[in-house]
Amino acid sequence: MFRIVRVETLAPGIRRLQIEAPRIARKQKPGQFVIVRVYEEGERIPLTIEKSDPQRGTIDIVVQSVGKTTHLLNRLETGDAILDVVGPLGQPSEIEKFGTVVTIGGGVGTAMAYPTAAALKQAGNFVICIVGARDRERVILEREMRSVSDELMITTDDGSYGSKGLVTKRLQEIIERGTHIDRVLAVGPILMMKAVADLTRARGIPTIVSLNPIMLDGTGMCGGCRVLVDGKSQFACVDGPEFDAHGVDFDTLLRRNAMYREAEKKSMDQCYQEMESHGR
Amino acid sequence: MADRAECPPASLPLRERMKIPRQHMPEQPAIERAANFSEVNLGYSEELALQEALRCLDCRKPLCMQNCPVGVKVQEFVDLIVAGDFLGAAAKIREDNVLPAITGRVCPQEDHCEGSCVLAKKGESLGIGYLERFVADYEQRMGVFHVPAVPPTGKKVAVVGSGPSGLTVAGDLIQRGHQVRVLEALHELGGVLAYGIPEFRLPRNIIKQQIDYLRATGIEFETNVIVGKTVTIDELMQEEGYDAVFIGTGAGAPLFMNIPGEQLNGVYSANEFLTRINLMKAYKFPEYDQPIVDIRGKDVAVIGGGNTALDAIRTALRLGARKAYVLYRRSEAEMPARAEEIRHARQEGIDFRLLTNPTEFLSNGEGWLSGVRCVRMQLGEPDASGRRRPVPINGSEFDLPLSVAVISVGTSANPVIQSTTPGLATDKRGYIQADPITQRTSCKGVFAGGDIVTGSATVILAMGAGRRAAKSIHEYLTTGEW
Repeated sequence: MFRIVRVETLAPGIRRLQIEAPRIARKQKPGQFVIVRVYEEGERIPLTIEKSDPQRGTIDIVVQSVGKTTHLLNRLETGDAILDVVGPLGQPSEIEKFGTVVTIGGGVGTAMAYPTAAALKQAGNFVICIVGARDRERVILEREMRSVSDELMITTDDGSYGSKGLVTKRLQEIIERGTHIDRVLAVGPILMMKAVADLTRARGIPTIVSLNPIMLDGTGMCGGCRVLVDGKSQFACVDGPEFDAHGVDFDTLLRRNAMYREAEKKSMDQCYQEMESHGR
Repeated sequence: MADRAECPPASLPLRERMKIPRQHMPEQPAIERAANFSEVNLGYSEELALQEALRCLDCRKPLCMQNCPVGVKVQEFVDLIVAGDFLGAAAKIREDNVLPAITGRVCPQEDHCEGSCVLAKKGESLGIGYLERFVADYEQRMGVFHVPAVPPTGKKVAVVGSGPSGLTVAGDLIQRGHQVRVLEALHELGGVLAYGIPEFRLPRNIIKQQIDYLRATGIEFETNVIVGKTVTIDELMQEEGYDAVFIGTGAGAPLFMNIPGEQLNGVYSANEFLTRINLMKAYKFPEYDQPIVDIRGKDVAVIGGGNTALDAIRTALRLGARKAYVLYRRSEAEMPARAEEIRHARQEGIDFRLLTNPTEFLSNGEGWLSGVRCVRMQLGEPDASGRRRPVPINGSEFDLPLSVAVISVGTSANPVIQSTTPGLATDKRGYIQADPITQRTSCKGVFAGGDIVTGSATVILAMGAGRRAAKSIHEYLTTGEW
């Protein structure tokens, strides 16, 4: 059992859970993730590690309520426990002095972009961060991102905070104003990462994306998280989750991630019903 | 209830014994079992076990024991059955095999003890596996077990992986007084026994009982630890104070076929398909949360001819598949699956399409599998494996409509430990190099065995490696010599 020691709401439906996981805390590097199973009948799902504290033996994960498991996770409170947490999984982000790096976090993807942005900053890069969200309420980790960036841009779909528009619009502005970009890291919804890849491909800017396919064991044993990169099958859990954006087949990823949509909906509906019947 | 059951006289003359036919294993009727996950084989009654045990000729040079990878004293335990001492028989097996209820079910005895039984020369071999299962289950039912009291040595051993090789190493070393901790990557113990082998061949409560037995002997277990990620081998030895480490992580990574359409929804590796069902219980969705594609009324094929392939397709049948095919590129004679499994699968209605090789998975236009294009094969000259090489017949392509395809064409080495353990030698395919007798690797104090050394094999061969490793770890810990 992995005890939750702190809970914080970052935005509607997005929370940060601090969990006691000493082994993982000692080993975690930016770009890595964990797989959790909340209770005995639960599924295994991958979640971002935002940061860790090796001394205290804790990791911080950021959870957005999307399906049944994330909804249930986001109902847990300090003192509750998660049945299984395993990690850190995946290859850490490549950190070196590239020069000028733009890190883009879309929605909850910001939590995955943050530790890498911090490490890139520490490695001596000029770091420009773009944080995108649907609206003002849903902008997360603004303070954290500001602390590790030389320039921070916030953009919302409805213009309620920062500028209005998608993250690609801001990236386009950076390119057009003549800033030389050595590398882009984009983490967020698949369509956002695809749009970023399309934009930078034409200009030959090396671009990395962190992919979030459906996973099961996370150790390379099942192959369920396979993604097509440069026409070759790669396992996101062990070969990734970061890949060269220009080689990724995003359409296949989108499709594969929709594989259990009906089942997920059924799970969710049933979960709501149970919550309601218990609540009354 | 007395240990000694009513039984025919043990002194039955040899001639009389030789007249007893091999006792059939009672089975759940094919038509019923094809729709449930309960065990196919139901186990011997005491009467059947006694009858079967009487068939043993007590050879002067018993080859059965010699050909057992863990060296079970077959003749001695069978004699104890004849004497009606079933618990004594179980204890006798446990001297060499810490998982008797499991090997009694899934070991390919025809390749080992039963394959070398002298009775097999003129008729049917002694049902050694069935007898082993009988006494192991009897022992479980009685709830008896004994832990040999041994003085602690003060030495600590970490075992990586809780599959058949790891459990064997742990079980053998605890009996020699060492402190043993087993580290498992998944949330459940048992390795391939838990995620790979279906309920209808190996019920989960059997695995649990066998592991509980080991736990009661003092072995510690820790789940959710991926050695190589959560902690490295070097850290285990240098920071956590382990005197030796055994790596038994299994073969790991599934092979795909590299043919078009493998990314389509509805195409699974056997590992993923079986893990969703066996480990995550997706067949109980939505009671359990992990989903699997709804197979009811759909056509499903598995590609491959091994035990895993048959496990997968028989599972699909139980999930309600309308048609369930095995597509295998060679003929039945070359199929690596056990004869008993092939027979069971046929009885249940699995459609074997032999000498058939998929060349492309077909899409319904919306990203879902709609069928598989196959080519018919014929057998040519023997290849490196000694089996006749399948050669495509030109112009024989045909399409088979399908909703789900499960690829079961083998595995490759999972590199997680190798890539994080400096100095650990691997072969050119990435498997860990270990001495075939001592199971020592190139790193001092580190031993390895099972599929991560040999590539995918069987439960009993992994257990054999575990036994050799335990012996050799004990020697190393006692003498300090490497």
